[in-house]
Amino acid sequence: MELWFTEKHTEHVKFSIQVDKQLYSGQSEFQRIDIFDSPEFGKFLTLDGYMMLTEKDEFIYHEMIVHVPMAVHPLAKRVLVIGGGDGGAVRELTRYLGIERIDLVEIDRQVVDVCRKYLPQTAGRLDDPRVSIHYEDGLKFVRAEENVYDLIIVDSTDPFGPGEGLFTKEFYGNCFKALKEDGLMVNQQESPFYPVDAIAMQRAHKRIVDSFPVSRVYQAHIPTYPSGHWLFGFASKKYHPTEDFDASAWMKLGLKTRYYNPKIHIGAFALPNYVKTLLEEVEPGR
Amino acid sequence: MLKMNRFSQEKAPILEALNRYKAMRVVPFDVPGHKRGKGNRELTEFLGAQCLTVDVNSMKPLDNLCHPVSVIKEAEELAADAFGAEHAFFMVNGTTSAVQSMVMSVCKCGEKIIMPRNVHRSAINALILSGAVPVYVNPGMDRELGISLGMSLADVELAIKENPDAKAVLVNNPTYYGVCSNLKAITDLAHRHQMRVLVDEAHGTHFYFSEDLPMTAMEAGADMAAVSMHKSGGSLTQSSLLLINNGVSEGYVRQIINLTQTTSGSYLLISSLDISRRNLALHGKQIFHKVSAMAEYARTEINKIGGYYAFSKERVNGSTIFDFDVTKLSVHTLDIGLAGIEVYDLLRDEYDIQIEFGDIGNILAYISIGDRILDLERLVSSLSEIKRRYAKDKAGMLSQEYIRPQVELAPQDAFYAESESLPLEESSGRICSEFVMCYPPGIPILAPGEKVTDEILEYIHYAKKKGCFLTGTQDSQVNRIQVIREG
Repeated sequence: MELWFTEKHTEHVKFSIQVDKQLYSGQSEFQRIDIFDSPEFGKFLTLDGYMMLTEKDEFIYHEMIVHVPMAVHPLAKRVLVIGGGDGGAVRELTRYLGIERIDLVEIDRQVVDVCRKYLPQTAGRLDDPRVSIHYEDGLKFVRAEENVYDLIIVDSTDPFGPGEGLFTKEFYGNCFKALKEDGLMVNQQESPFYPVDAIAMQRAHKRIVDSFPVSRVYQAHIPTYPSGHWLFGFASKKYHPTEDFDASAWMKLGLKTRYYNPKIHIGAFALPNYVKTLLEEVEPGR
Repeated sequence: MLKMNRFSQEKAPILEALNRYKAMRVVPFDVPGHKRGKGNRELTEFLGAQCLTVDVNSMKPLDNLCHPVSVIKEAEELAADAFGAEHAFFMVNGTTSAVQSMVMSVCKCGEKIIMPRNVHRSAINALILSGAVPVYVNPGMDRELGISLGMSLADVELAIKENPDAKAVLVNNPTYYGVCSNLKAITDLAHRHQMRVLVDEAHGTHFYFSEDLPMTAMEAGADMAAVSMHKSGGSLTQSSLLLINNGVSEGYVRQIINLTQTTSGSYLLISSLDISRRNLALHGKQIFHKVSAMAEYARTEINKIGGYYAFSKERVNGSTIFDFDVTKLSVHTLDIGLAGIEVYDLLRDEYDIQIEFGDIGNILAYISIGDRILDLERLVSSLSEIKRRYAKDKAGMLSQEYIRPQVELAPQDAFYAESESLPLEESSGRICSEFVMCYPPGIPILAPGEKVTDEILEYIHYAKKKGCFLTGTQDSQVNRIQVIREG
């Protein structure tokens, strides 16, 4: 017997992982939640059939979405994580002792409950005393905040389904308002490779460029996401992602990482020409 | 209002007949010529084969909308039961045709009808078709919000006293903004003077399926009502219902409807009425409970932003706002220094959100069962952003005023009179022979037979400047206007 999980990366491309067994399946108010165990990737979480994370490669995503902004703004004290109910981004954040408070806003309580139970690797630091979990729509939460956060991490699902509000101009604008004058925002920004994902990526970039004075994009290689080539957005009111980056200061923190390092930090902002072209297409006045 | 026979409401005779017909696999040698879509592949791909297979002609097993004797008759009876009317007509030429049929059923050429001036263009069109003469009652005006309201009972009483020969009173209930008149008292008053009561209930379908919403026309004892099923009722665009009551002749009204309605009634529209009626009868109560709650939630959140005013029942004043439809999400925008139409355009152009309309001082977002809370969050957040990014000083913002029309000629006489085209700015003092209106909402600024004044021209100019979509004139740019030739 062979049991396979398959996700369609496009209408014509499938990505399959052999599954040992399904550990959990449930339907929340917002989405279908599944946890599988696999020989190659360990346990993995899917939402509505889309891969969210695997135990084997989640470190790449979570290190890149947290350490890049933290290395630019090491004095960040108040951090807001929107989405990210799996706890992976929070786990990386809790390693910074200077952070005083982390608000995690996840719309779906069931995702958090399931991850706590089946994915302690990512959810294990959700009980850190600095973490407050808010179960509500990120768009609504951030609307009410002004001049509060040093860093906002948008760890969203895809631009359709319950996470779609987190790819909108009004959301990025609300985030801008919620940040302090030197605050910054990073977001997962889909893939540039397949056209459908690339359009979503461009739309997000356009809206962020419209909302923030500094907006750059960086990349990482994530084997289980469509095409494996993934982008993140770096938007900031003040700091430049590479010019205001102090490598030695970050090194002094002594954090042990598996993917991120200061050279990766600089290199991640160097983009392939076709990606640069896609981004420039939606940047005004260029 | 919820007093129907629940058991029979589970039937959908037209849907069932269409399904039976499909199962028979009849070979079509009749119209439509696309032959269940096979003759127009592109259209079939676009609309879907399911849809094209039921785009069929009237025939014995499917009845005939012009003269229903079987399944359409049965479906109309079920609709009448669901809406508490003596009879319900399925309409496929829009609520426009339902409003026109109401007016033409009770008024002949030269006969008077009492109505508020802030009616939809379809009501005044009916006057052009029939030759009936309007007696306008000035609607109330909320000066703070800049919206015209319902008719007060006292004003209707005065109009009836001054025009005892009028045949009918037409009430616009609720208005686009959700404002209701004292329908019961107006109806009783008109009936005491042997006048018929017609209700343009285009925005009130949902009232029939909730105990918490304002009174319906049929409950108030009105004689006829035009109900836009395709608005809050969920049927396809252009489908509608005309309800009659109090012994109004079904046969005569059907003849009036058939004067202007197509003889090729679309089964897509007809079946959508049948299916939607069933859904409303069985689930309407829960549906509109949820819609009311969503609208209330959005109002609370919008009012939290500050600067915007999402208004509701607190505006009720016992007269020109006798009641308010809480499913309507109307928001006053002038206090952030933006006209409603400007917020409307920003929502679409900057935030990919399409709302129902924006006028000089307000926007209206239409909330229905198709909405999700997460979409409402987007609307609220976008409004918050618009305030942050675009708010201005409110000085110089024009509030909407009700401009009392100067009626010089009956609409039909003016429409068919010898006319000439003049540039707008040269038309002051002349009698116009056509409409000028912002669309939406489609309430005429000028109607045929009314005098053009400087005040009206200034208003048109301002509406244009703010980006309102003006329509009604022969000149597509609305730079020129047809006025009656003098001398």
